[in-house]
Amino acid sequence: MTSAEPVIQTTGAPRVKRTRRSRMRIALKKAPLSAWFGMGVTLCYILVALFAPLIAPYRETQVFSEAFAPWSHEFMFGTDQLGRDMLTRLIYGARNTIGIAFATTTISFTAGVTLGLLAAMYRGWPDQLLSRAVDVLMSIPSLIFALMLLSIFGSSITSLVLIIALLDSTRMFRLARAVGLNVVVMDFVEVAQLRGEGPAWILRREILPNILPPLIAEFGLRFCFVFLTIAALSFLGVGIQPPSADWGSMVRENATLITYGDVTPLLPAGAIALLTVAVNFVVDWVLHSTSGLRDEK
Amino acid sequence: MKNSSGTAREKGTDLLKVRNLHVEGFSDERWHPIVRGVDLSLKRGEVLGLIGESGAGKSTIGLAAMGYAKPGCRITQGSVLFDGVDLLSMTEARRRRLRGSRIAYVAQSAAAWFNPAHRLLDQTVETAVAHGIASRDKANSDAIDLYRRLQLPEPESIGFRYPHQVSGGQLQRAMTAMAMACRPDLIVFDEPTTALDVTTQVEVLASIRRIVEDFNTAAIYVTHDLAVVAQMADRIMVLRHGQTVEEADTRQMLTAPAQEYTRTLWAVRKLAKPEIQTHDHILSIDNVTAAYAGRVKVLVDVSIKVPRGRTVAVVGESGSGKSTLARVVTGLLPAISGSISFDAKPLPLSLKERSKDLLRRIQMIYQSPDSALNPRQTVEEIIARPLEFYLGLKGQQRDRRIAELMHMIEMDEGFLDRLPGELSGGQKQRICLARALAANPELIICDEVTSALDQIVQEEMLTLLMRLQRELGISYIFITHDIATVRAIADEVVVMHQGKVVEQGLKTEILTPPHAAYTELLLSSVPEMDPDWLTTLLARRKNQGIASAAG
Repeated sequence: MTSAEPVIQTTGAPRVKRTRRSRMRIALKKAPLSAWFGMGVTLCYILVALFAPLIAPYRETQVFSEAFAPWSHEFMFGTDQLGRDMLTRLIYGARNTIGIAFATTTISFTAGVTLGLLAAMYRGWPDQLLSRAVDVLMSIPSLIFALMLLSIFGSSITSLVLIIALLDSTRMFRLARAVGLNVVVMDFVEVAQLRGEGPAWILRREILPNILPPLIAEFGLRFCFVFLTIAALSFLGVGIQPPSADWGSMVRENATLITYGDVTPLLPAGAIALLTVAVNFVVDWVLHSTSGLRDEK
Repeated sequence: MKNSSGTAREKGTDLLKVRNLHVEGFSDERWHPIVRGVDLSLKRGEVLGLIGESGAGKSTIGLAAMGYAKPGCRITQGSVLFDGVDLLSMTEARRRRLRGSRIAYVAQSAAAWFNPAHRLLDQTVETAVAHGIASRDKANSDAIDLYRRLQLPEPESIGFRYPHQVSGGQLQRAMTAMAMACRPDLIVFDEPTTALDVTTQVEVLASIRRIVEDFNTAAIYVTHDLAVVAQMADRIMVLRHGQTVEEADTRQMLTAPAQEYTRTLWAVRKLAKPEIQTHDHILSIDNVTAAYAGRVKVLVDVSIKVPRGRTVAVVGESGSGKSTLARVVTGLLPAISGSISFDAKPLPLSLKERSKDLLRRIQMIYQSPDSALNPRQTVEEIIARPLEFYLGLKGQQRDRRIAELMHMIEMDEGFLDRLPGELSGGQKQRICLARALAANPELIICDEVTSALDQIVQEEMLTLLMRLQRELGISYIFITHDIATVRAIADEVVVMHQGKVVEQGLKTEILTPPHAAYTELLLSSVPEMDPDWLTTLLARRKNQGIASAAG
C-alpha cells in the first residue's frame, strides 16, 4: 500500500459565497430581451392592479350622464354603455381579473402539486384513486363543466375561484406526478428515506426543488389560461358580476361599438392579450434557462 | 464491400494521419481547450489504444478522427488526413458519406444507441443500404454472417429481435456488427466494454479482436482500462490534459513506460492490502431470502458475516443479487425469511421499524454520485443535514464538524458552496462519503462506489476509504465486480452467483486456487496487463470447455 501524503483537493479559488440570490442575479443578467419585456409588462400590470384607486381618474362605478361617449380629454377612452369611464374600468378590471386569476392559480397549483407529488411518492392505491378521479374530471369539457357548476352554486367570486381552481388543478396534478416520478426514483431520495426523514421533508426539500422549474413554467401558463377562462365566463355572463369591472364583461357590454368602427371594446381584449404574451415570454425564459437545453453552437 | 477488395487493405500503408489537432469545448460562457496539439497516425489493420483519465480528451480525439466534434465543441486547428484527404476541409455532405461507409463508430452504451422501436437486423444494415453499398437482401445475409463471426447465439434469427430482448454484451456485439456492415477502413471504439460485466467483457473483447483481424480493419480503441487496451491494441498512446504523454508499441509500453505519469497509471492496479482476520462480527446475516413483488426470489438462503472494523467484499456479475443484499441490510427491501443481527442485537428487517439511532449506525454510499446527491443542494447543505438530523448539531459546532469532515475527505472548504454539478466525479463521491461519515456510522455499505470513476481517482478513493477505516474503525460491506478493487481493500470475500453465496472466506483463500467453478470463471475473466492474456485464456477455456459455461 502506498503511504503517500493525501493530496487535498482544492478549488483553486477563495471561497465565494454563492447564495440562491446571487445565482438568481447571474441568471437575470443573462435574460434575453423578450424576458425583460415580459417581466416589465407584467410588473406594470401588477402595479396598476395594486394602486388602482390612486391611478384611476374616477371611481370604479361612477356613472356619468353620457353613455358611449367618444374619446375625449375628459374621458380618455370614452365611456361605456352606462356612462362609466372606460380607462377607470380598465384599471379596476386589472385589479379584479388579475387578482382572481392569481388566487385561482395559486390554489390550483398548491392543491395539484401536493396531491401529484404524494401520488408519485406513495404509488399504489392513493395514486390510483387520485389519478382516476383526475381522469374523470378531465374527461368533461372544462368550460361546459364550469358553466354547469356555476349555475348550480351561483356566480359568487368565491365559487368562481374554487370551481376554476378545481378544474385547473387536474392539469397541475398530472404534471407534478409525471415530473415527480422521475425524481422519486433517484438515489438521493432513497438516501433521505434511509436517513429516516419524514415524507413532508422529502417532498419539500428533496423533490420539490428539482421539479420547480417546469412547475413554475406551468404556473405561468395556467395563470394565462385561468385569465382567459375568467374572461370567457364573464363574456358569457356567469363570471365576475356587475358592477365590478372586469375585462371579459367589458368586451361583451361594449361589443356593439365595433359595428360603428370604434375600437374601444378591443382595449380590454388587448389588455388580456398583452398580459398573456408577457407572461409567456417570462415562462419561456424560465423554461429555457432551467431545462438544460442549450443551443447547439 | 466494394472498397474492401484487393491491395488497398494491405497492412502498412498509412490510413489516418492527425496533425496538431486542437479541439475546444464551450462551458461557463467561454471556450476551453480540450485537446491541445495531438498528432497521431494509424496504418491499415493497426489498432491504436488511447488511454488516460477522464477529461484527458480520449473520446474527443476519437470523434475528431472522424472529422466530428460534439455539439458544444469545435475543432480549431490541425488536420485529419484520412486516406490522403483532409476531413476537416471537405464539405459536411462528403464527410457524412465517409462516416458509416468508410469510418464507423462503436459507442460505450449500445443500449442508448439502438433505436428501441426497430429490430436489430434493420438497424445493422441501415447504413450499408443508405449508402448504397449493398442491396437489402445482400446486406441482410452479410449481417447474419457478421453475427456468426461475432459469435452471437442463433445468428440467423437474433436479428429479428428488438434491442431490449438481448443482453448488454450481445447488444454491444450487434453494434460492432452494425459498424462492420460497410466494411469500413477505420472503426473508432469508444469504451465498448466499460459498461459490461467481466465475464461478458471477455467474450465481447474476443469477438471484436477477431473481426478486426479478419477484415484487417484499422481501429482506434478508447478506454481507461489498461488491461483491456493491452489485449486489443498494437500501439498505445497515453493522454493527459489533451496532450500526448507518450506513445509506444504495446509490449514496450507495458514493460518499460518512459514517463512518470504512465508509471502512476500502471501502479494503480498494484494496490493491495494485507488481510486481518477477526472473529468479532458487527453484522451477521443468517439464512436470508428476499424477493421482489413477493414472487421473484433474488436472494436465496444467504448467510454472511461482517467482521468489525474490517471489509467484506461482495463480488459477482450483475444480476447476482449483490445490490439486493444491500437493500436487505438497509431494510429498504425487508427479507421474507431469515434474520439479521447488528452488534449482537437483532435488527428489525424493515426500515420503518428501525430507530433513528440504528439508521444512523448503518450508512450507504451509492454507485452513481450524480444520482445520490441532490443537484439543488449545496455541498454544505448535503453534509450538514445528517449532523442536524441525527446529532442535533447547530451553529458553530455544526460548522466545525463540517470543516472536520471536509478535512477527512481531503477537500478544502471552498467546495462548501458548490452545487454537485460543479464537482468532478471523484469529488462528488467524496461528498457522498462525507455525508455518510457525518452520521458517525459503524457500518458503511459501499455499492460499486468506484466503478464510475477512472483508475487514478479510484485509487485515491480506495486509499481514502482504507485510511478512514484505520482511523475510525468503520466496517465496510464493499459490493464490486472488480477483482483489482477486492485485492486493494478486502479482508474477506463473498462470491455471489444467481442470488446464492458461492464461497465466503478470507481474501487469500478465495483468490488463490483451487477455486469453486464459478469463482474460477469470474477470476479468470478479469483482464490482466499481459498482452497475451486474452489469447492464452481463450485457448485454455477452449480446452477445458469452460467457455460454454460463460453463456
